[in-house]
Amino acid sequence: MSKISRRKFLAGSMAGGAAVMMSPAKKALASGAFAGFPDGMGVLVDLTRCVGCRTCEAACNQEQKLPEPALPFDDYSVFDELHYGQKRRPTDKAYTVVNRYEPEGSEQPLYRKIQCNHCNEPTCLTSCFVNAYTKTPEGAVIYNSKVCVGCRNCMIACPFHIPAYSYDSVMNPVIKKCIFCYDTRLKEGRPPACVESCPQQVMTFGKRNQLLKLAHERISKNPDKYVDQIYGEKEVGGTGWFYISNAPFEEAGFDQDLPKEPIINNVKGFLAIVPMVLTIWPALFTGFHLLSTKGKSHGHGDEHNHDTQEDQ
Amino acid sequence: MVTTVKEFTAGMGAVLLILVLAVGCYAMDYPDEVEIDVLANLYEGVVFDHAMHVDATGGCADCHHHTTGTQVSDKYCAKCHDGTQEMDIVSCQECHSAEPLSPDNLHIPRPGYYYHDDKPNLKAAYHLSCTGCHQEIDGPTGCEDCHAKTEAGERFYHSGEFAPDEPAHESGH
Repeated sequence: MSKISRRKFLAGSMAGGAAVMMSPAKKALASGAFAGFPDGMGVLVDLTRCVGCRTCEAACNQEQKLPEPALPFDDYSVFDELHYGQKRRPTDKAYTVVNRYEPEGSEQPLYRKIQCNHCNEPTCLTSCFVNAYTKTPEGAVIYNSKVCVGCRNCMIACPFHIPAYSYDSVMNPVIKKCIFCYDTRLKEGRPPACVESCPQQVMTFGKRNQLLKLAHERISKNPDKYVDQIYGEKEVGGTGWFYISNAPFEEAGFDQDLPKEPIINNVKGFLAIVPMVLTIWPALFTGFHLLSTKGKSHGHGDEHNHDTQEDQ
Repeated sequence: MVTTVKEFTAGMGAVLLILVLAVGCYAMDYPDEVEIDVLANLYEGVVFDHAMHVDATGGCADCHHHTTGTQVSDKYCAKCHDGTQEMDIVSCQECHSAEPLSPDNLHIPRPGYYYHDDKPNLKAAYHLSCTGCHQEIDGPTGCEDCHAKTEAGERFYHSGEFAPDEPAHESGH
């Protein structure tokens, strides 16, 4: 067998191997958009309706049996609170908080309720190495606190900064966040406590797909009132909770720079290659090695062969 | 479940408006005062000064949609209802359900009724109607401007006699 033919063979197999590795990667990227479970529930939040009464916060506290708040839920001084220069965020003791914003040129303040947005493809879930998180077919992103090891990867991964850490509990480190009232309500098809408690029906509960239609409809019926965007329709691949507003979203503290596809897509291609590398490469390169050393002698074998040859 | 629903629906003792059953204001045959307490729980009911609001508003249709014989103010209602056609239904709760919105009663557009969908529930119908106007005219918009908290309400909001002992500042992150 000539050297040239072997080189040709090697080149050919490399090209083939590369093709094999690239094709599933592309496929994984293309199939990245998971549109959510077809019957997944969602909540449409209409910021134009919120008056900042904090009833949703009180309802959440009661439903989730959270500890007593530092201030009464009808104390509106919390809207002026700044923590390290930031407005309030959900904590392990309050899974939802309302903040006040003053958009430019608007006479009325704008209130925004924050809680987990229950992404179609949650980054907290994909970042969790003990698989504590689950996206349920009902649409909730829930977690199993029994397996949580308290690594806080999800806190860093979440594009909305939602998961909070229970620093109080040294022996049982655990992440806490809104679970869409999954255990007590959503499982039975009932809306979460905050939605039901709201006097202004800021939040509308329903199937995500239908709510999206409703949101588009509200905007098209009142084009002068709403900005033409549904925040969460496309952001990070779509979220279960999404928002419509009369002021540009960035003025209510929304991050407008988030990608329009799931964050996992950044690494999906790479992750798809990993198993290929682990399974195909060893076999492939062992093959190359055997081929390239066939009929040749190296190392120990070499000496032995030389001896044999010399003997002959 | 009924208790919980009631509890939540509550807070709102209900804002104004219209329990004015079948009383047309066009005929000046309307109650001067209406007590709206059908949802009262966390808050007391609202004693609504109907007579004052009749004088203060541009007409019955400002609150009662198109149903009472005065000119229609909503441009979408006006597409079909010309303002002279009176309707039998005057009270909010005959159309707006007190039940919380569920996937089953989420209305999606039906042919011919495009503007009848997306109907708020009763609690929201009251509050949106009141606060919507009050925000525009700088009227009262605070919860207790219209109705006082009940004991259940104070417990729910951790306020009044159920307020936290030490209002220590909760640290964030």
